[in-house]
Amino acid sequence: MRPEALPPVESYDDPLAQKEFVAAPAEGVREATLILDRIRCAACLWLNEQSLRRVPGVLRADVNFTTQRAQVTWDPAVTRLSKILEAIRAVGYDAYPFDPRRGDALARGERRRALWRLFVAGFGAMQVMMYAWPAYVDAGAGTLSADAEALMRWASLALTTPVLAFSCGPFFRGAWQDARQRRISLDTPIALGLAAGFAASVWATVTGRGEVYFDSIAMLAFLLLGARTAELFARQKAGRDLDRLARWMPSFALRISGAATERVPAHMLAAGDRVLVGAGERVPADGVVEEGASCADESLLTGESRAVLKPVGAPLVGGSVNLEQPLAMRVTRAGADTQAAAIGRLVERAAATKPALVERADWLAQRLTVVVIATAALAWGFSGNVWFAVAVLVATCPCALGLASPIVLTRAGAQLLSRGAALTRSRALEALDCASDVVLDKTGTLTLGKPAIARVVTLSGADERHCRALAAALECASTHPLARAFRVAGTTPAVRELRNAAGQGVEGRVDGRFVRIGARRFCAQIAGADAPTADAHVYLAEEGRWLAAFFIEDALRPEAEGLVQALTARGLRVHLLSGDEPALVERIARQLGIARWTGGATPQDKFDYVARLQAEDRVVAMVGDGLNDAPVLARADASVAMGAGADAAQLQADVVLTADRLGALGEVLDVARGAMRLVRQNLGWALAYNSLALPAAALGFIGPWEAAIGMSASSFIVVLNALRPLSRAGTWKQASTSSFPSPSPSYS
Amino acid sequence: MEASLYLLIPLSVALVFVIGWVFWRALEGGQFDDLERPAHDVLMDDDKPK
Repeated sequence: MRPEALPPVESYDDPLAQKEFVAAPAEGVREATLILDRIRCAACLWLNEQSLRRVPGVLRADVNFTTQRAQVTWDPAVTRLSKILEAIRAVGYDAYPFDPRRGDALARGERRRALWRLFVAGFGAMQVMMYAWPAYVDAGAGTLSADAEALMRWASLALTTPVLAFSCGPFFRGAWQDARQRRISLDTPIALGLAAGFAASVWATVTGRGEVYFDSIAMLAFLLLGARTAELFARQKAGRDLDRLARWMPSFALRISGAATERVPAHMLAAGDRVLVGAGERVPADGVVEEGASCADESLLTGESRAVLKPVGAPLVGGSVNLEQPLAMRVTRAGADTQAAAIGRLVERAAATKPALVERADWLAQRLTVVVIATAALAWGFSGNVWFAVAVLVATCPCALGLASPIVLTRAGAQLLSRGAALTRSRALEALDCASDVVLDKTGTLTLGKPAIARVVTLSGADERHCRALAAALECASTHPLARAFRVAGTTPAVRELRNAAGQGVEGRVDGRFVRIGARRFCAQIAGADAPTADAHVYLAEEGRWLAAFFIEDALRPEAEGLVQALTARGLRVHLLSGDEPALVERIARQLGIARWTGGATPQDKFDYVARLQAEDRVVAMVGDGLNDAPVLARADASVAMGAGADAAQLQADVVLTADRLGALGEVLDVARGAMRLVRQNLGWALAYNSLALPAAALGFIGPWEAAIGMSASSFIVVLNALRPLSRAGTWKQASTSSFPSPSPSYS
Repeated sequence: MEASLYLLIPLSVALVFVIGWVFWRALEGGQFDDLERPAHDVLMDDDKPK
C-alpha cells in the first residue's frame, strides 16, 4: 500500500523542494540523506550501497543500518536525485530524501506492522500449543483416538499457516531477495529452517504418518519476531534521539512585514527577514535580537539547560527556546544553513563509518551463515532426520552478531550530542576508548581564544577606570587582534582625529588632549620619557606623561584544570602542544600540571610529534581548534575539535564539541569507553553462544524448540545489553541534561 | 464426549481469527503507537479543576 502513497520521484528534482534536504558542500557536488525502507539486515546495506555506487554520477554512497539512511553525494551535471532514488527502487527497496515528518509516518507504519506480526505469531503459537498438548500428554498411551489427533493436527495446520505466511513474511522475503542476488544473509537459515519444518509437518499431517512440530514452528516464529521487534523499537528510539536536532526546528514562523505578521513555513525564511518569536516558542532560524530582551534555552547545542540572557544584539540559535518575553529577531541564516542543520548533517555522517571491530564482526557473521547452512545440510544427511537440520539452522543463526553493535553506536552518537559533542565518525569511538595519550592544543582549546585584559598598571597616578575607557575608545579604530581585549560595554569618551598607525597603535584627541595607545616606543614618542614598566603588552600615554600599561592574556578556560586532572586520573598521558612562545606554554603547563609540553611548534612539528608518539605504539587523541591544526588532527587516531556553530561543518574532526565547552571531552571519553565495552560484550556473547550452539545442535542435543529459545534469548540479551547506560559516571548527569525542554513554556 | 471436540476445536480456530481482527482494529486505531507515553501519563499533572 505504500508505493502508491509515494510522490513520483521526479518531484524531488524541484530545486525549491530540494532546499530542505540537499546540501551543496562544493561546486558541482550535491549531498543528501536518504531514508531507506525495507532494510532487514546488514547485507541489505551492502546491496543498497552497491546499487547507489553504480549509478553514474554518484560520487559517494554510504548506508547505515540503525538509522536506515543513506548518505549520497552526486554530481548534478551527470545525474539527478530522481535517478538515484530509482536505482534503489529497482533492487527492491524504497528511498526518500530525509524529511522529519515523513520519517515519523514511516516509523509508525513499521511499528504497527511489527506488532501485528508479533501478535499473530504469539496468539497462533499459544493456540497451537493447546492442540499439541493432548498429543504430548497421551504420548502413545492410546487414550487419544486417531481421529481426534488428526483433528488437532489439521487445526494446528490451519493456525500455523497464517503465522508462517504472514508473520514470517519478512524472513522469507529477505531470504528470497538475497537468493535472487545469489547471496546469503541472516534471513536465509531462518527461512530455510521454518520452511523445512513446516513442509515436513504438513506432509505428516496429510499422509497421517510421522511427527508434527507445528507448535515448535509457531513458537519459534513468535520468539524470533519478539527479538526483531525489540530490536526495531530500540533502533527507532536510538534513531529518534539523533533526529532531535532536525525535529527541533519549528515548521512555521511569524514573519514581520510592515505592521503585520504573517505565518510562513520556516524553510521559506531567508537571511534579512524579521521574525517574531513568542515566549515559549522555538527560534525558527539563526539570527540576532532586534527588539525585546529575554532568556533562551540553548541546550540543543550546549547540552546544558541553562537560561542564556538575550538582550538586543545577542545572537539567537535556531531551534533554541525563547523562555520569557516575545522577541523580534533579524534572520541571519535560515533553513539548511543554520547551525542546527549543519550539526545535524555532521552527525548524520557519523554512521557512515564503523569501528574496525564491528566491521570484522559483520564479515564474520556473513561467513558463519554459510557454515551454519553447510552444517545443517550435513546433519540432515547423516541423521536422516529433518529436525536436526532445523535445529542447526535456527539455533546457530548468527543474528546476535549482526545486532550487537548498530544500536550501541547510534546511542553513543545521540548521547554525545545531548552533551554538546557531535560525533562525526563512529570509527573514532574505538580510538577514543583505547587512547593512551591526549594531546592538547593551547590557543582556543585550553584557552578561550579571546584575549582579555589580565592586569592594568596605572602610571603617573592615572585613574584605572578612566584609562580603560580611554583605551576602549581608541582601540575601536584598531584591527589588531589584541584590540578585541579592550572592548567594553557602556559609553566611552568621544575621540576626534582618530588615526590607526599600522603596526604601532592608535592615536586620537580626547578632551583636547592627544592620546596614543599601542607599542611602547609608539607611546614613548609623546610621553617624553621611557616607560617605568617594560614587559607589558600594550601602553597608553598622553602628551607629556604615561597613563597605563596593560597586560593582555588569553585566559584559560575555567574547566581546563579539572579536565587535565580528570584525564590524568584516568591514566592518560596529557601533552600540551602549542605554537606559542615556549615560556608562556611552560607557565600554562605548570599551572595545569601537564608534565609534557612543547612550545613554539610549527604545524609540521605538531604533526611529527603525534607521529612519533604513534611510532611508540601510543594511541593519540588530539584536541585542537580544528581550523589551524587540521593536518595534525587528521594524523591522530582520534581527533576532537572545539567548535561552536556553523563552522562545525567545516571542521575535519571525529568529534566536534559544539558547545565550545572543553569539559565535554571527559564525557566523550566516558561514552566512548562505555559504548565500546557494550559492543565488545555483545560480540563476545554472540560468538560464545554460536560456538557452543553449533556443535550441540549438529549432534542432536538441541531440539527445534530449544533452538528457538536459545537463538531468541541470545538476540534478546544482545539488544537489552545494547540499551544499558553507556557511562556509569554520567548516568545521573544524563538524566538531568538530556531532559530536553518541552516546547511549552510552562517550566520557565 | 469426544464428539464435542469436533465442534469446539473449529470454534477455537474461528475465535483466534476473531480476536486477531479485534487486535488489528486496536492497532490501526493507534492504541499501540506510543507505548512510552502511557507510563508517563500517570505522573503528568494535567488534572482539570472541577
